[in-house]
Amino acid sequence: MCRLIAMTSSEPLSPILAMRALDVMREGHDGSGVGLFMSDLGGPFEELKGLPILSGICTGEGVKRLDQFMMNLGFMTKHKVSMRTSQKSPPRGTPRRDVYVIRAYEYPQAWEGLDRKETDFRLMMARLQLRQMGEEKEDMIIYSFWPDVIMIKEIGDPLQVAEYLQLDSAELRARVVLAQGRQNTNYAINLYACHPFFIQGIASMTNGENTAFVPIREYLMSRGFPGYMGYQSDSEVFTHIAHYMLNSLGLGIEAYKHIITPLQDGDLPTHPDGGFLTQLKHSCRRLIIDGPNCVIGRLPDNSVFLVQDRKKLRPAVVGGRKGLYAFSSEMCGLEAAIPDRDKTKDFQPMHLDTVIVPSDRSEVRICSQTEPLSLLH
Amino acid sequence: MLTNGTIVPSSLSVRDLQWQVDWDKDKCTLCGRCCAVCPVQAIELGVHRKRTIQIPSLAEIGPATASSNVYQVYHGIRQKTDPAYACTGCGMCNLVCPNGAIMGVRSEEIDKQRFHVNRGGQPRKRGGRRNSPDIHNLGTLDRIKFTRISMLTDPALDAGRHEFELRTLLGRVLPPEENLKLYRENGWIPPVREIYPLLIGSMSFGALSPNMWEGLQMGVAYLNEELGMPVRMCTGEGGCPPRLLRSRFLKYTILQIASGYFGWDEIIHALPHMKEDPCAIEIKYGQGAKPGDGGLLMWSKVNKLIAAIRGVPSGVSLPSPPTHQTQYSIEESVAKMIQSMYMAWGFRVPVYPKISGTSTALAVLNNLTRNAYAGGLAIDGEDGGTGAAYSVSMDHMGHPIASNLRDCYLNLVRLGKQNEVPLFAGGGVGKNGKLAANAAALIMLGASGVQVGKYIMQAAAGCVGSETDRCNVCNIGLCPKGITSQDPRLYRRLDPEKVAERLVDIYLAFDTELKKIVAPLGRSTSLPIGMSDALAIDDKDAAERLDIKYVV
Ligand code: SF4
Ligand code: SF4
Repeated sequence: MCRLIAMTSSEPLSPILAMRALDVMREGHDGSGVGLFMSDLGGPFEELKGLPILSGICTGEGVKRLDQFMMNLGFMTKHKVSMRTSQKSPPRGTPRRDVYVIRAYEYPQAWEGLDRKETDFRLMMARLQLRQMGEEKEDMIIYSFWPDVIMIKEIGDPLQVAEYLQLDSAELRARVVLAQGRQNTNYAINLYACHPFFIQGIASMTNGENTAFVPIREYLMSRGFPGYMGYQSDSEVFTHIAHYMLNSLGLGIEAYKHIITPLQDGDLPTHPDGGFLTQLKHSCRRLIIDGPNCVIGRLPDNSVFLVQDRKKLRPAVVGGRKGLYAFSSEMCGLEAAIPDRDKTKDFQPMHLDTVIVPSDRSEVRICSQTEPLSLLH
Repeated sequence: MLTNGTIVPSSLSVRDLQWQVDWDKDKCTLCGRCCAVCPVQAIELGVHRKRTIQIPSLAEIGPATASSNVYQVYHGIRQKTDPAYACTGCGMCNLVCPNGAIMGVRSEEIDKQRFHVNRGGQPRKRGGRRNSPDIHNLGTLDRIKFTRISMLTDPALDAGRHEFELRTLLGRVLPPEENLKLYRENGWIPPVREIYPLLIGSMSFGALSPNMWEGLQMGVAYLNEELGMPVRMCTGEGGCPPRLLRSRFLKYTILQIASGYFGWDEIIHALPHMKEDPCAIEIKYGQGAKPGDGGLLMWSKVNKLIAAIRGVPSGVSLPSPPTHQTQYSIEESVAKMIQSMYMAWGFRVPVYPKISGTSTALAVLNNLTRNAYAGGLAIDGEDGGTGAAYSVSMDHMGHPIASNLRDCYLNLVRLGKQNEVPLFAGGGVGKNGKLAANAAALIMLGASGVQVGKYIMQAAAGCVGSETDRCNVCNIGLCPKGITSQDPRLYRRLDPEKVAERLVDIYLAFDTELKKIVAPLGRSTSLPIGMSDALAIDDKDAAERLDIKYVV
């Protein structure tokens, strides 16, 4: 079982904090890999908010092909973070990489005047094309290409990787940090199978296995949306379901649990939105999960959320204070992330709850599935 | 037969028959019950002549010694050898015999009777099943294993403790975008029923005796109203008793319309008096037992009641045409038929077609996906049963259900419509007694639910028919168990209450077994439709064909 930590803070944080929290939970992961998602960035990226940032890993050859590709599209590099790793030898289990890419680009001139939707689509397509190119020659792994988003994934022990990559550098600061310490349940480690997963501003990470993976994957892949691909991990579908719900169905995150873990038939008739929820349950039947899962994610507006499966077979704890909150798999992770908080306010979300911390970090909102849906119209 | 008698080609000896009656003179009390109960009059009381040779001792033999033979008669059972009266092996004689003195035993070699069952130029007809035992060489469904067991990486669920919601949908489900839009705009959303995934397949009132039908209806009502299991039963082509049409129990019933339209006069007339809508309307285009052949109710079963419900004269055979006579092309005819059925109930009742398993199923399905009203597709595989059919149809026509269903499901997946047109699979489900395993396999191959008939007859009413041509005389109205007979002397043997009780037993046991299958796979809150990663089979070709894992 993997370990998860998510932090959302009014002040930019160093991702190393999240790495330390993973480290104290290391009994729950085997140090086989780490994934990091950062958004609402501080540091030098503060000024570059609207510009798309590419995150990935390349070989020397790959970087050249990447540059060529980006140039052909008309992107101009505006800022890059250089990770100086060459002097040190990598920690045990971590391969030596040529370049960790984190680059912000200026949009191509030809894209000026495009509406948001089209721009978003093209950004995704560029990422998918790069991913495909990289898979052909095995010289690029691309995690994200999106404004205000940085992702790093690497094989190895989270804290050692963090130190090796100097993630405490002042260049890397973010108000939203999602991190996962990996428990290897498959044999070969594919970085595309590492959490968090990302699509068009939505990121999520999960622990537990998704027993309904195959029908859900089939359903998403048959939606005709090119971004619904990959699925090296059964958890990637959680990210895509959220994306489908927000973008294709126009529903808010409060509806997420109504899709993946709908209320049982007996509870629907008495629910204030029973009619709507019945329709949702019927038509999204193929997206129902059966757990055991805890899903933590970030939405395009920089709010973060947490949900669990109906049987609540995966742990999660929420705590913090105004301006700084964390979701963690274990109490000790929360303790490491935010030691100075009112511990009496810590809680473990229940099976019907969706926990949301909005981007103003003013409070933790809990919506239960039995409550009326607010974002209906 | 006398030594100088005539032998005709179809003169058979008991040795030539498929079922040979083994009678034990010592145990027989000559009560005559066996001869009375035999549905086909295969046995009769016989007077047997017997000669006992008594040899005098040598000392006694002299010129005047009288004949030493004793001639006697004794009474006992004689088996007829005319193929028209051939024993069917039903075993009723054994059931009623107080001493167990008699039993039909299968010939140990392939019989000669089979070459004479077409006298008068009439090929054999029978009821029942395909006669493909698959007992030793198990059928495909029986061989499918559930191999993706949740272990330490994700805890298996507890079949006895966790909450389960094993329901399915019958009716056209719209894509989420369209569905939510229509809901917001108060548009028409096709009716969808949430039902239990094991349906009682279409067995008509007429094919089944009144007691059998009543028993099933009572059982279904009990399952729904007392146990909260939304079990549905399809009428088959034969209409529906008028009282049921006008009762609240109609909502548990799927009304079938087929090419003979039997019973629809009555149904249409009852429309204004209906308190509830039926669950759904099934349009039968084909049946797995006899694909491409119409329904058949033989004259012997068409009594007054059946005739009245079906709107026909009594005592005549009722064949329905192989196809719906009003139809010329699939596009318009299916669309028309589906639409008129929707219209009859004000677009509140799902309508779906049922076809027999066929390699053209994909074409039908593709057509349905383009028809906004089609509420599903039921496919009845070659192992489906029937009340009456030509033997040749039953034995050789049709398509196995597993691959037919799988092709259809994967095709829906390609179209992205796997949630929109639910598939229902039937035909031989549980034919070797493994009902839950077969049903779960079909569901994970892509079925939204399964339809079952013969299993219900065997388990709920004690049908003795088997895949090895035992009994299977459902067509002639002489069902020894009273299941498929319209003769009150026969069907009074069947107590409807007991049938209902057994039906409830079956469903409760099935439910537990289904949970015992899905819980270890980590599933409980939704039916694992299309969860093919859980399946494996020990046959490489079958694995490849069904796109599941191969294991040895
Ligand atoms: S087994 Fe059935 S058909 Fe055969 S003699 Fe006995 S009662 Fe008649
Ligand atoms: S017992 Fe009745 S229903 Fe069963 S096979 Fe014999 S005749 Fe048919």
